[in-house]
Amino acid sequence: MSFDYKTEVNAAGREILVEINGEKHIPFKGVNGYRPEGRKAAPPIRSCIDYPLNGDKRVESIKEALKKCGIRDGMTISTHHHLRNGDYVANMVFDAAAGLGVKNLRWFPSASFPVHAPIVKHLENGVVHHIEGSMNGPLGDYCSTGKMKGTAILRSHGGRYQAVQDGEVHIDIAVISAPCADPFGNANGLRGPAACGLLGFALADSQYADHVIVVTDNLEPFPCIPWQIQGNYVDYVVEVESIGDPSKIVSGTTQLTKSPDRLLIAEMAAQFALEAGIVKDGFSFQAGAGGTSLAFAVFLRDIMKKNNIKARFVRGGSTKYLTEMLEEGLTDYILDGQTFDLEGVRSMRENPRHQDTSPFTSYNFHGKGNFASMLDVVVLGATEVDVGFNANVVTHSDGRLLHGIGGWQNCLFGKTVILPIPLFRDRIPVIVDEVTTLVGPGELIDVIVTERGIAINPRRQDLIDAVKGTNLPIRTIEELKQEAEKVCGGKPKKPELGKKIVAAIKWVDGTIIDVVREVK
Amino acid sequence: MSVKSAEAGNKGDKVRSDCWVGLIIGDNVKGINLNLKSKVEVLYGDSIRELVYDMLKFFEIEDIEIEVIDNGALPFVLMARIEAAIRRLEIDKGKRYFPDWDYEFERTERDRFRRSRLYLPGDQPKLFLNAAIHKPDGLILDLEDSVAPPSKDSARILVRNALRSIDFKGAERMVRINQLPLGYKDLEEIIPHKVDLILIPKVEYAEQIKEIDKKVDELLKDNPDTFDPYYMPIIESAAGVLNAYEIAKSSKRIVALAIGLEDYTADIGTQRTNEGRESFFARSMIVNASKAAGIQAIDTVFSDVNDMEGLRESVIEAKSLGFDGKGCIHPRQIKVIHQAFAPTEKEIEKDRKIVLAFEDAERRGLGVVSLGSKMIDPPVVKRALRTIDIALKEGIIKEDWREEQ
Repeated sequence: MSFDYKTEVNAAGREILVEINGEKHIPFKGVNGYRPEGRKAAPPIRSCIDYPLNGDKRVESIKEALKKCGIRDGMTISTHHHLRNGDYVANMVFDAAAGLGVKNLRWFPSASFPVHAPIVKHLENGVVHHIEGSMNGPLGDYCSTGKMKGTAILRSHGGRYQAVQDGEVHIDIAVISAPCADPFGNANGLRGPAACGLLGFALADSQYADHVIVVTDNLEPFPCIPWQIQGNYVDYVVEVESIGDPSKIVSGTTQLTKSPDRLLIAEMAAQFALEAGIVKDGFSFQAGAGGTSLAFAVFLRDIMKKNNIKARFVRGGSTKYLTEMLEEGLTDYILDGQTFDLEGVRSMRENPRHQDTSPFTSYNFHGKGNFASMLDVVVLGATEVDVGFNANVVTHSDGRLLHGIGGWQNCLFGKTVILPIPLFRDRIPVIVDEVTTLVGPGELIDVIVTERGIAINPRRQDLIDAVKGTNLPIRTIEELKQEAEKVCGGKPKKPELGKKIVAAIKWVDGTIIDVVREVK
Repeated sequence: MSVKSAEAGNKGDKVRSDCWVGLIIGDNVKGINLNLKSKVEVLYGDSIRELVYDMLKFFEIEDIEIEVIDNGALPFVLMARIEAAIRRLEIDKGKRYFPDWDYEFERTERDRFRRSRLYLPGDQPKLFLNAAIHKPDGLILDLEDSVAPPSKDSARILVRNALRSIDFKGAERMVRINQLPLGYKDLEEIIPHKVDLILIPKVEYAEQIKEIDKKVDELLKDNPDTFDPYYMPIIESAAGVLNAYEIAKSSKRIVALAIGLEDYTADIGTQRTNEGRESFFARSMIVNASKAAGIQAIDTVFSDVNDMEGLRESVIEAKSLGFDGKGCIHPRQIKVIHQAFAPTEKEIEKDRKIVLAFEDAERRGLGVVSLGSKMIDPPVVKRALRTIDIALKEGIIKEDWREEQ
C-alpha cells in the first residue's frame, strides 16, 4: 500500500500531516506561537416549548434517545472517562448505534480504557470510523497496527475542551454517564453505586454538543444537587440498570507504591522542591495518582509538616492522601479534576474546600487564563525523555500507543515541572537521544529526577543556582542518558515503523505537534 | 538416538529483568537453531542474538536447539543463564564466559563502615540492578538461604557475573556462601572476581574458618589479580557464641563477626521477642569477642520491613550494646539504619573537641593527647575520629566542622 500523504515539517522539526480525515489542521508553531482568531462555536438555539414542561426528559433506552437525537451516518458521538475502566456506557452506546444500522461514526471519548475493547468490533464492522481520544490496551494495539480506517487524533484534556469550544470538533451527540441525576438532566458524580466524584470532562460536551443524553443508574427526584452538569443543556435522560462496575471506577483505597526505587525517586523529587525553595507557605502543587506522583505527595506532606509549611491549594487527581492533607490543614483547598478513590469522593461530597474543577477552569488554552499555569510545582510521568528534555507520554519506545495525554501537556505550563522517572524500565532506557513521539516540548520541562541523579534543564539557571551546594545528585541529562545506555547494554535500536500514519498528536492550542506511525 | 536437554533461568508473567534458556542437543539436531522471544525485541533483539551466537562459538557448540524467553534481562543475566544451561548439559568443556568488567573497583578498607548490609537473593537479578542506589555500606549477593537448592549452580554464575557487571557505587561487594562443602564451589566461582568480603554462615568452630582459608589461599595463588577477601563469619548457634573469640581470632581475613538470631534462638530452644532478652547474652558475647579481637560486631537483620520505628529502636539498642552495623533485607531500611547509627549532637560536640585536641597534639609532635587537664586514651581518640567521620558522611556536620562552636 502506498501513502501519498501531504506532510509538512512543523516548528518542532517533526514531519506531520495537516489534513486528517478530510479536515485541515494547523502545524505546531512553537510554544505560544499560535494565536487563534474568530468566535467560538455555538450549539443550536432551542426552545423550552419543545421540552416537557414538567421537566421529565426520560426516554426508554439509549437506542431510543439516539434515535430521537437523529443519529445518522458519519456523526460524532462523545463519551467520557469518569467511570474509567469500569465504564459500561460507551459500549452500550455503540451497540445501540449498530442496532440502528448507523455507520462511520467518529467516537470522541475523553479517554478510552481496556474495558472498551468491544469497540474493536464496531471499528471492524464499520459502525465506528475512527477514534479521537486516548487509546490503550486492545484499542491502542488496533490503531497502532494500522487497522483503523481513519486517523486517530489525541488531545490533552485542555485540548479537548479547546477543540470543542473552537469548533474544531463538532459533537453531534454527547452521552454523559451520570452516577446521580434527576429527570431534568441535572447530574453529578457524588452519589450512587457508580460514584466517581465529578463530571468535569463532560462540561464542554454539555455546552457545545447539538444533543446531550444523560445516562444514569441512580435517578433522584428533581433537583439533583449540586448540578455539576446542568439539565438545561440536556435533551434526554435514560435510566439503565448499571452504568459501571464500581470496583473499577475508583479504588477502595489508593495503594502507595512499594517499589523502593520509585519511593527513592519520589523522595528525591520532594527534597528537590524543598531545596529549590519552591515549597514555602502559600505554595501550590499538582500530583496525580500515578505511583511515583502519589509518593511525591506523601513525602511532600512529611516535609511540609516538619518545616511547618502550608499550601494554598493542591490540584488533584485526589486520593485519600490529598484529602488527609486537606483535613490536617496542610492545604486550604483541593481543586480536583478527577477523583481516584472513595475517600476522594467522600471528601468532595462533604468538604466545601474540596472543589470539583473542569478542563475549562484548569486547562483550556483558549480561555482567559487557566489554573495550570498558576501552579508552583507540577509532578508528571513520562515514557521517554530525550536529551533536549522533550518528553513522550503516548507511545512505548517500540512505537506502540500506550497512554493518553490526559492533563499532562496542560500541566507543563506550571511554574516548575518535575518529571520523576526511572532511568530504565527492565531493559528499556527511559532517557534517549530523541523521543519516539514528541508530546511535550523540552522548553517547558524543567527537572528530570531519576534514581541515579537529577538533571536540570539548562534554561532554568535559577533552579541550577538554587540547589547549588546541596547534597542533591545533580548531573547533566547527557550523563544520565549515557548511564541508562551503559546499564541496559548499549544504545537501543530505533523501532522501524511503517509508513502509515495512524494518529496525530495535538498540542494544547490545537496545532499538530507530532504523528504516530504504524507499528510493523 | 540420544537427546539431551537442559534449562536455566526463570519465565512467567511476573518475571522481570530475567530470562529462561532451554537447550536441546541430540543426533538429529544439526546446526544452530535459535528461537528468541524477547520483550525488548525491537530495541535489543539483534544484540541478544549476537550474544547467543558469540557464546555458542566460545563454547564450540555447533549443533543445538536454543530457546530464549527474555523478559528484559541485561546482558550479564543472559550470559549467566545461557552458561548455566550449557554447564548443566555438560558441554561447557570447562570454559567460563565472563562479561567484561563494566566498572572499576577499589579494594575496600579493612575498618570501613559496615553499618548496613543489604541482602539480595542471589537468583533474582531484578533486585540487583538498583540496590546500590539506596547507598548501603555493603551489598550481599546471597547464595545461601535465599536460593533454593536446585538453583544454586545457576545463582552462583549469576552472582559471579553481577560482581563483574553491576555498579556497586561504593558499597562493599559481599557474597554469602553456603556451608561447606557446597561453599567450596561458591568460592571457586566467586573469589577470582574481586569480591571484597565473604559472609560465612553458621560458623561454630575456628576450624571451619581454617578450612575456608586453605581454599581461598589456593584460589588466590591461581588468580593473582583478584582481591584477597575479608571474612564476616555469622554466628548462629550456642556453640558458635561460646567460641566467638576463637573464631574471631582464627584468620587475619576476618573483619567482623555477625550474629544471626533466627537460627540462634531456635538452637537454644526459644523464640525471638521484641525485647530480645533471650539473645542479650549472645549479642554481648559477639560484641566482646569482636572488640577483644579488634574487629567489628554486626547485629542480626531486622525482618519486619514495614516497621520502620521498630527498626530504628532496634538499631539504637544495637548501637548501645556496642554493635557497629545491622543487617537489612529491604532498601528502605538502609536510611533508617544510618540515621539511627548516626551520632547525636552531644556525641559530636564531645568528639569534635577530642579530635581537635588530637590534631593539635599531632601538629605539636606530642605523644599524648589531652583535653584540659584530662588525658585522652587512644581508643577514645579512635572512636571520636569515627564519630566525626560518620557525621560528615551523613551530612550532619559540614567540611568546616572544625570552625563551628
